[in-house]
Amino acid sequence: MHLIAQLQNRLGLIRSWSCVSLLLILWGCSQPTNVETALSNQILHFGLGAEPQHLDPHLATSVAAHNILSALLEGLVSEHPKTLEPQPGVAKKWEQSEDGLTYRFILRKDARWSNDDPVTAYDFVYSFRRILNPNLGAQYASMLYPLKNARSYHEGEKRWEEANVGARALNDFTLELTLEHPIPYFLELLNHYAWFPVHRATIEKFDAYQKIGTPWTKPGNFVGNGPFRLSDHRINSVIEVTKCESYWDSPNVRLQGIRFYPIEAVDTEERAYRSGFLHLTQSVSTDRIDYLRKSLPEELHFEPYLGTYFYRFNLNRPPFDDRRVRQAFSLSIDRKRLVEKVLKGGQSPATTFTPPGTGGFVPKSQFPYNPQKARKLLSEYLLEKNLGRLPDVELTYNTSEGHKKVAEALYGMWKDTLGVEIKLLNMEWKVFLATVSSGDFAIARAGWIGDYVDPHTFLHMWRSGEGLNMTGWANSDYDDALMQAETTRSQDERWRSFQVCEDLLAEEVPILPLYFYVHLSMRHPSVQGWYPTLLDHHPYKYVYLEKGNDR
Amino acid sequence: MKQFILFRILQAVPTLWVIATLTFFMTRFAPGGPFDSEKTVPDEIKAKLESHFGLDRPLLDQYLLYMSNLVQGDLGPSFKYPGWEVSELIATAFPVSLTLGLLSLGIALLIGLPTGILAALRKNSWLDCVPMSLAMTGICLPSFVLGPILIFAFSTSMGLFPPLGWYGSSDWVLPSLTLGLFYAAYIARLTRAGMLETLEQDYIRTARAKGASSWRVIRIHALRGGLLPTATFLGPAFAGLISGSFVIESIFFIPGLGKFFVTAAFNRDYTMVLGTVLFYATLIILLNLLVDLLQAYLDPKARQA
Repeated sequence: MHLIAQLQNRLGLIRSWSCVSLLLILWGCSQPTNVETALSNQILHFGLGAEPQHLDPHLATSVAAHNILSALLEGLVSEHPKTLEPQPGVAKKWEQSEDGLTYRFILRKDARWSNDDPVTAYDFVYSFRRILNPNLGAQYASMLYPLKNARSYHEGEKRWEEANVGARALNDFTLELTLEHPIPYFLELLNHYAWFPVHRATIEKFDAYQKIGTPWTKPGNFVGNGPFRLSDHRINSVIEVTKCESYWDSPNVRLQGIRFYPIEAVDTEERAYRSGFLHLTQSVSTDRIDYLRKSLPEELHFEPYLGTYFYRFNLNRPPFDDRRVRQAFSLSIDRKRLVEKVLKGGQSPATTFTPPGTGGFVPKSQFPYNPQKARKLLSEYLLEKNLGRLPDVELTYNTSEGHKKVAEALYGMWKDTLGVEIKLLNMEWKVFLATVSSGDFAIARAGWIGDYVDPHTFLHMWRSGEGLNMTGWANSDYDDALMQAETTRSQDERWRSFQVCEDLLAEEVPILPLYFYVHLSMRHPSVQGWYPTLLDHHPYKYVYLEKGNDR
Repeated sequence: MKQFILFRILQAVPTLWVIATLTFFMTRFAPGGPFDSEKTVPDEIKAKLESHFGLDRPLLDQYLLYMSNLVQGDLGPSFKYPGWEVSELIATAFPVSLTLGLLSLGIALLIGLPTGILAALRKNSWLDCVPMSLAMTGICLPSFVLGPILIFAFSTSMGLFPPLGWYGSSDWVLPSLTLGLFYAAYIARLTRAGMLETLEQDYIRTARAKGASSWRVIRIHALRGGLLPTATFLGPAFAGLISGSFVIESIFFIPGLGKFFVTAAFNRDYTMVLGTVLFYATLIILLNLLVDLLQAYLDPKARQA
């Protein structure tokens, strides 16, 4: 005991630790949370999910990038916070020619870049030219293909001067856009970041016209024309934007800033939310839904989202080169049971490929559940091929608990109904992408989120030879119907053509639509002016923070 | 001694070269590439991107170019975050990991060493059994369990510390504790084992026979030998600590090196993978050298060797 007492005296262990503990407690004591302080400083704390790869609107490719760029930049039109209908943006008004091919935009004279330069029609022409420049390698350049001759310029057939692309500045504040053919959703399309303007002097200062990876998008360099300016960007930590006083509608912007946190781990994001660190999460773990439904029912939101979860068949390989087998696989799936018993996240069963109501189009419900017919079709096939049973089939998906759940559920349904043995192959993301794009699969998981609210954003994927098709399915009737929908001016005829596309997909079954996504997130009651929208777009200038119902 | 240090540094050059070469070719032979995405990229766009990053050249040319840039200290731009240089990202993330690592190590040593020493001195008493059982629990308890428990207790429930982030000094407490407690458990057990072995040595008995006080025996004679296993462990442990922990960084949303290290491989961010691997390898080499020097100081036999 003598030795212990000696040690304790010398090291003063107990006293030191008490002091340290006390200090720690005092240090961290009663700090107000972000959500509490936000009521006075009007800073929105936003769970962003992933870190965006680019903050250059012409190179960006992600939802995360959209969430930031829509704060920093504004296009010709903006969006209504509830309906996403086009509202005046940089253009205070516009008119459309009778043939629907030409739009003339009158730009507001008080629209300013964050360095106080005026935003002009020439800035837009310069920006469209930049994204279409084949040397830039912009992945979303095709979003501008509706512009006359944009495609031929982008594909390098002609120089800009010769190409006569349908974007012309008539003067500083008048911009004329000419289209290849009338597009009913053209104004909505302008809200995609690919159509956002960039500040010419900044792009030229950093030699970024056709170069990737220049520092023009860093804080201090970025010049935007949106309601906020970029004030901080630390990779994997925070992207901060603060209110921009030079924005034309600045007096109506109530938020003083937004801090975006790229928290990828859903559990971490949920903890951050529950500790008052975040106002909004990007997602919620499906395993936590039941618990959160009980503990925070007012803050858990299931909102419709423009996306379809589906599987691709590989039609270049047996047995899926035969339509009857594909139909049998589709008829064996009880989609209602899948969403209600397995997913339990508010998703709805996909009985079409285009989510019903997209842009007003309500396709006829198809892809029924009919196990008897499924067995009959498969027996016919087996008899014809003189097979006792179907050889084992591989189902490939990228590693994720969610995808695994769906794959296991379908494994059970196919085994029970068709007696087919399915091998589940999960792969790391990049390996999965390489495998699917090389066509080395039988059935592969997929998902698609619409870029704009029109059935075309879904149905164009299945055109023969389209890069996103990857099933090997080619159907001239489908291509004709799609072309008809793209060129007609009659709304009824468009819907009819899209319905033909849907019918062909249901009949030929190159894909298996499984469910429609919902955007599942948590949102603090103090966030006001935030409404559910199909594209999960939320124009920040209408958002503000005000004391809501207490927890 | 100077010669020894110089020799070890020269020895590091071929080691780093082998690591760089192996990593370069292993990343290139992994399926998939940095520009693969669910939204298929048209071939001509992919070709532009590959040309921009020099991926259209023959592999050997790419390797030689990379090595020549590396010699000049240029790690190239990140493929995932093209606006950022790899060296810039490492320079931003490393101080975070270093701070977290040092704090955790401090906590680990402050708790682990006295606990291990006490346990050895009071072998088989409650002062040995209780802390060692706790240490074993600490070793078995993964940080992805301990981290959320600490967040729940000190942040969600008591509101004492921020639940995550790395924006101010109060953010440092919970992640440092989570990481530090895990290492403290290891250090306590290693220290106890080292001390027990040393305390049975003849020279300790001699010192006691010569009338040295218990404190003097421990401080002057036993501690040096007893800490040898811990010192050996500290080299790689410290390298591991300061090069970042993916799990801790994910739980506490810390912008450290660990996340880059792991996600770069998933993203096929070739330059970032190489940059972080080389940086980590250099750290390991330097810290192993430091451990050797520390061992030489602690153990005369090692000094002679």
